[in-house]
Parts: sequence; structure tokens; C-alpha cells
Amino acid sequence: MRALAIARNTFRENIRDKVLYNLILFALLMILSSLALGQLTLGHTDKVIVDLGLSSISMIGTLIAIFIGISLVYKELEKRTVYALLAKPVHRREFILGKFLGLLFTLAVNVFIMSAGLIVTLAYHGVGPRSWVRILPAVYLILLSLALTTAVALVFSTFSTPALSALFTFFLWVIGHFNGDLLELGRMVQSGFFLRVCRVLYYLLPNFSNFATIDSRNVITTAAYYQPIDGWGVLWASVYALIYCTILLSVSVVIFSRRDFK
Amino acid sequence: MAVIEIESLTKDFEVGFWRKRAVRALDGLTLGVERGEVFGFLGPNGAGKTTTLKLLMNLIRPTSGSARILGEPVDSVAMRRRIGYLPENPYFYDYLTGEEFLTYVGTLFGIRHPALALKVEELLGVVGLGEAPRVQLRKYSKGMVQRIGIAQAIMNNPEVVFLDEPMSGLDPLGRREVRDVIEMLRARKVTVFFSSHILPDVEALCDRVAILNRGKLREVGALDAILNVQIEGHEIILGRITSELHAQLHALCDRITPLGDRLHLRAGNPRQVETIVSTAVSGGAELVSVNPIRRSLEDYFFSEVQA
Repeated sequence: MRALAIARNTFRENIRDKVLYNLILFALLMILSSLALGQLTLGHTDKVIVDLGLSSISMIGTLIAIFIGISLVYKELEKRTVYALLAKPVHRREFILGKFLGLLFTLAVNVFIMSAGLIVTLAYHGVGPRSWVRILPAVYLILLSLALTTAVALVFSTFSTPALSALFTFFLWVIGHFNGDLLELGRMVQSGFFLRVCRVLYYLLPNFSNFATIDSRNVITTAAYYQPIDGWGVLWASVYALIYCTILLSVSVVIFSRRDFK
Repeated sequence: MAVIEIESLTKDFEVGFWRKRAVRALDGLTLGVERGEVFGFLGPNGAGKTTTLKLLMNLIRPTSGSARILGEPVDSVAMRRRIGYLPENPYFYDYLTGEEFLTYVGTLFGIRHPALALKVEELLGVVGLGEAPRVQLRKYSKGMVQRIGIAQAIMNNPEVVFLDEPMSGLDPLGRREVRDVIEMLRARKVTVFFSSHILPDVEALCDRVAILNRGKLREVGALDAILNVQIEGHEIILGRITSELHAQLHALCDRITPLGDRLHLRAGNPRQVETIVSTAVSGGAELVSVNPIRRSLEDYFFSEVQA
């Protein structure tokens, strides 16, 4: 309950910090692409729009997750707003959970509005509701990947400065997309030790490709062709996100609980 | 019963990047504060006042020693339902209005609507912000921030309130308002523990004080006891003085200062006071006031801190 109050306040902070301004950017992108792509592509305008739309939702969401995520806790420490808050009957774990949920909700609202914008654009191009539904699993997977990005940023936010946190989070986000290659690399270099190191890293680092590729097919491309996405794959991605986020939040709580607020 | 029990509380901070060394911010503080007291916690900057308050709020952990509030250890979350805290130079969410901020704080205490709305309105009135409920905190003056800070500290009708430098940076009017709030808390039998280096406020408000310097407790006790209650003499102020009377008084007292059309005299002992007063009154002067001169907290504070 208290975590929800903190989440609500974090959401309000994001809104008042004008985070939703990015929606204007997205809207412009959708309008421009609608106008321009019709001239450039032959007959597949809507597919390009889906591809572009979903990629933009993912990119914009990731930027928000990283740049707000890294200052989630840091800002409260820096501005010393956390002092009065933690002197209230609030557990430090509730604080961390509240901050996480607050940003996640901000992202969800953002993604929801952008997806609605994408669907409106598609409708304008004469694409019917049966095809819209095919896009939704991809949107959901993007949201899962944003949740994981937020959790990664949050961990760094509990002990590091925003600049370093941004760097670390971005670094992990990039590596996390090429996790599979890491394992391949381990197999190619014929050294048992190296393979073991690669394998440990493979399982340790967040695997963002779980959300981008399902059943060896790129999620966004699949959605652009209005093909179904494997349900088990989506389920596995959900479980993976849940477990990984829980672990990262626990790490954040442990770090944050041990901190002295000088 | 002591509501705040501090037992040999010590805190070291590590400083330096390569060669870390410990700096002792608080050194074996032992202190007890009784229920209903207004307790002043005095000391120059860097004496360890804020460190003590942060230790009590569990914002930092002690190197050694312990503290209990209302009989519970300081890390008890349940205990925090019964206390209030105003941090030093407070800063709150500046994107919220005063009303929203207090509503948020109330939610953390589990207060629900409609009681919450009433409570927020009442508190805004108590701290004199009733006129500006929908102004964002970023537009608040320093005095207003301090007042909303006090409001959030007493949201839950606490039994003990901790105020860290509640008067610092305020103009005389703001200080007066904070003083009024503390007086109100005293009337409600709330225990108030506040740190300050504004001595006249402490003198006007506190039942007991503790004086801290360089992390060590120098003195603790009733203000009168600390100031030794030794009256160093009396100050007599007289009006309507004729030149004849002036000469007469000069013979009785050698410390006479004319101030405007009044005369300030300092008498060393009670007998001298009697003689001066009777001479003056029979000579037709107006007796404006007779006041004991005692050592001020300020004098004491300086002698302690310099020692």
C-alpha cells in the first residue's frame, strides 16, 4: 500500500517533469512516416509503419527507462527528499518497489498511448482490427524489456551517480542484446575455461534478446507481417522478466538498506 | 519515563578516497529525554547535532552504542508511526503543491479520505499556509518550506517530534511562528527534541538543554541549573530624572548610563537596589523597571565552546 503511494508520487513526478512530451515526437514521426512512406514504398506502407512504430516505441521507452531510471533513487538522495520520507513508517524495500512501479507505470502509459497512435495510423491506412491484434504481443514484449531496463538502471541508481549509471545501464543493455553471440564466441574459441566464463556471463547478464527474438524470429518483423507470435515464447519471456526483475530489485533493496544517508 | 534513551552513541565517518581514515562525528553520547519535555540540543556547526538526529531516525547506523525511542529500537518501522521528524534545511518534492505533499505524507501513515482531506486542511491552517494550498513547493519561500516541513512532521499527531534546526534561515516572523508551533506542541504534551544554535529561542522554549561540542556532550540539565541562576546584579531603569536627582543617584551607584530621557543603573546587590529605588521614587522619578541580570545562555555557550 505504501509502495503504491510512492509509486503514484513517482508517476506524478514523471508527468510533471514533462516526460510525456516524447509523445509529441512520436506523433510527429507517425504523421511524417505516413505521408512520406506512401511515396517511397510499393504497397507495403503499413508494414513499414508497424516496423518503424514498434521500433520507435522500443527506443523511446528505453531512453525514458534509462534516463529516468538512473536518477530514481539518486535524485531523492541528492535532493534529500528521502530523509523525511524514510523517517515515516516506510520500509526501505517499499521505497525501492514504489520507485520501480512508479516508473514502470509511466512507461506503460507511454507505451499504451504510442501504441494507440500506431493503431490510429494503421487504421488511417486501411488496416483492420484483426491485424491490430497481431501487434499487441510485440507491444507487451517491449514493455517487458522496458521493465528489465528500469530494474537494471534502478540497481545502479542506488549506489552510483547518474552519469556512471547511464553508462553501465546502456552497456548492459547493449550486451544483453548480443548475449547469444557471447555463448557462440565461447564455443568457437576452443578453451574450456573461456567457454565456462562465457557461459557464466550468458546466464548472469540480462538477456534482452528474450524479448526481441522469439522462436528464432524477430518479434517486430513478425508483428509487421501480422504473423502470430508463439505463446510459449511470450510466457517464457514473462517468467524471465519477472524472475530477473525480482532479483535486481532484491539487489537494490540490499544495497539501499545498507546505505548511510550522510 | 524516558521517551528518548541514547546510550553511548558513537558515529565515525570515513573520509578520504585512497587513504581512508575515520572522523568521529559523535563520541559516546548518553542522554535521556522525558515525556512531555521540550528539549533543546545545542552546539556549534559540526558539533554532531544532525548526526545524532540522523542516527535516531535510522538514516545512518551507529559505529557503536544504541538508542531507543518510545522504548523501541530506532530501526523499528512501527515506532515511526508515533514520531515526527523535520530534517535540517528540508527540501521536499517541489513539483507538488502543499496540499498534495501533505496528502502524500498522510497516505504513508495510512490515513484515508475523507479524514485525510480534513487533516491536511487543518495542518495547513496550523502552520499558516491555509492561503496557499495549491501553490507548488518550488514557489515557496524558505519560511514556507520550513512550515510545510513542520506540518509533515506532525501529520500523525506524534508523541515525539524531532526538529533539526527548525529556526535556521528564518526571519524574525518565521521564527516566531515556529516558536508558536512548538508552544502548541508543548501544550498538547508532545515531547519535542530540537537542535538549534539560535540561543534566544532555546532560552524561551526549552525545559532542559544539552550542549554538544565536537561530538561530545558538554552539559545537560535544566536551563536554570546550567546558567547557574546566579544573579549577577540588577538593572534599574528610571524616567523623569531631574539633574538634582541625577547627582544624588551618582553618589549611590557608579554604573549609570543615560539612554534618551531615561537612566539605566546597574546595582550589584539587593540592598543597593532598595536604596536606589527609594531615593529615586521619593525624588519624584518614575520607576520603569527592575530586572535581574543573569548570565545568558549565549555567554555560557561561548565559554563552553571555547573551552
